[in-house]
Amino acid sequence: MADPLATVAGLAAQLAARAISSVEATRAALDRIAALDHSLNSFVTVDGDGALAAAGAADDARAKGEAGPLAGIPIAHKDVLMTAGLPTTCGSRMLANFVAPYDAHVVGRLKRAGTVLVGKTNMDEFAMGSSNENSHFGPVRNPWNPALVPGGSSGGSAAAVAARLVPAATGTDTGGSIRQPASYTGITGLKPTYGRCSRYGLVAFASSLDTPGVFARTAEDCALLLAAMAGRDARDSTSMDRPVDDYAGALAKPADDPARPLAGLRVGLPAEFLGEGVDAEVARAVEAAIAELRRLGATTVPVALPRIGLCVPVYYVIAPAEASSNLSRFDGVRYGHRAAEYRDLADMYRRSRAEGFGPEVKRRILVGTYVLSHGYYDAYYLKAQQVRRLVADDFRAAFAQCDVIAGPTAPTAAFPIGAQADDPVQMYLNDIFTIPANLAGIPAVSIPCGFTGDGRPIGLQLHGPAFAEARLLAVAHRFQQATDWHERAPAL
Amino acid sequence: MTLSLADVARIADLARLDVTAEEAADVHGKLAAIFGLIDQLAAVDTTGVAPLAHPLECFAPLREDAVSERDERELFQSAAPAVEDGLYLVPRVVE
Repeated sequence: MADPLATVAGLAAQLAARAISSVEATRAALDRIAALDHSLNSFVTVDGDGALAAAGAADDARAKGEAGPLAGIPIAHKDVLMTAGLPTTCGSRMLANFVAPYDAHVVGRLKRAGTVLVGKTNMDEFAMGSSNENSHFGPVRNPWNPALVPGGSSGGSAAAVAARLVPAATGTDTGGSIRQPASYTGITGLKPTYGRCSRYGLVAFASSLDTPGVFARTAEDCALLLAAMAGRDARDSTSMDRPVDDYAGALAKPADDPARPLAGLRVGLPAEFLGEGVDAEVARAVEAAIAELRRLGATTVPVALPRIGLCVPVYYVIAPAEASSNLSRFDGVRYGHRAAEYRDLADMYRRSRAEGFGPEVKRRILVGTYVLSHGYYDAYYLKAQQVRRLVADDFRAAFAQCDVIAGPTAPTAAFPIGAQADDPVQMYLNDIFTIPANLAGIPAVSIPCGFTGDGRPIGLQLHGPAFAEARLLAVAHRFQQATDWHERAPAL
Repeated sequence: MTLSLADVARIADLARLDVTAEEAADVHGKLAAIFGLIDQLAAVDTTGVAPLAHPLECFAPLREDAVSERDERELFQSAAPAVEDGLYLVPRVVE
């Protein structure tokens, strides 16, 4: 029986068995977007004609026996990834009318694997935000409760997957922009190791932190998409030239003891992740999830990450510094918004940038400009880079004692739209548990592990050492085989 | 660190960003709060710690010195606000 709302793996099986065609699955996704997205606002562009044409091509390829592993699966891309011939706005007025001239590397890879691009998802402007309230195209609403934020910056991708508009979507994670919205919307979100996926065609925010990744309902689906996205790309010199692991194989590997599939796994528990500032309901759900990992055979060991409290300040030096440099390209000359009136060239730059950028982007450009300015570089930027090394060293030391590190993805569940909109520092602190992985460059995944009493999803975060995506996804998969939090769907 | 309104105007100028007088007060208050957060770093002893610029500390790879891109001037300039004869138009700089 055809189920167009199935997971990526479920849909792939139906497509292979000819129980459903890609055109049918894609039409179902487009119909669902048309019916539901006016209230969620998760998409900024829907490409119905392009999607149906790509779906038809996927069906033809399958008929000829040439279907790729993800042939015919409808997906969405965060609007910070370039998609040839389609708008790529970055959630900004600056790029409201910009049509991408080429595909980002991960977009091209997913296209070649046969996925069908149905549209581009809403996001915080230039990926700066933790609530998706900073979009030029309006806030995204959380499918579990429209009064709540979906998290950010990849809020549109998270909401679209949580609402079953598409089975999977790409995101980017600079300080938690995949994991935090995955946690807030009750889905699975993977931030791979920095360098695992090419950043080519990802509009740069903070180049030493930006990481393309994926949202889906299950770890199994994340594995399928990561397999298509990962690998060396000569156009991004920071993409690593090392073999891509067999993620699906790692998940399918039978356990020696089926009752204890995680036997031998050492789960590190930093006290800093479940201390002060963590909402009591979040702490309870995460502790229950850790107990479940133990029941599945894992052992837990205390580890120390003593500098977690410094990660947000480090991040708010390094990320704005890199952003102020990266965003200097938006000057109204080669692309993007140009002011209608100006006195001279310098005035054109100033007005175009003032009109094109929103308040949070401007604040970060100003912070970044300041910390890089003459006389302040050592006190801020160099200092932050030194503390960044200490954080990375702390993780290295912790991973000498454990295989994965567990904790909450965020200190709270989703908060109401508007609740933190005027307090940037409060907003920044939502990312206290996600920023450390970006500073260290290591992979981390958020998986659903419960709900608050009023029905807001809670996420468990698992960190691994660099390039341990297969291990992380396998642990997440075992957890999802034993629990059903990831199967809960919002009533829409 | 105490950030003054004059500092805000100076960095806005460095960043080529117009900040109006009414925006400046709000920006000033918020930046002061952000630097309150950042200033926690000053207390950390980082003597002898080498700065980490990049998480993986990978080497910059070398490649053949060969042309790898096509000429796509027309496509790329189609996104520009104003072009003429293959050039980007901006206000006159030299009188």
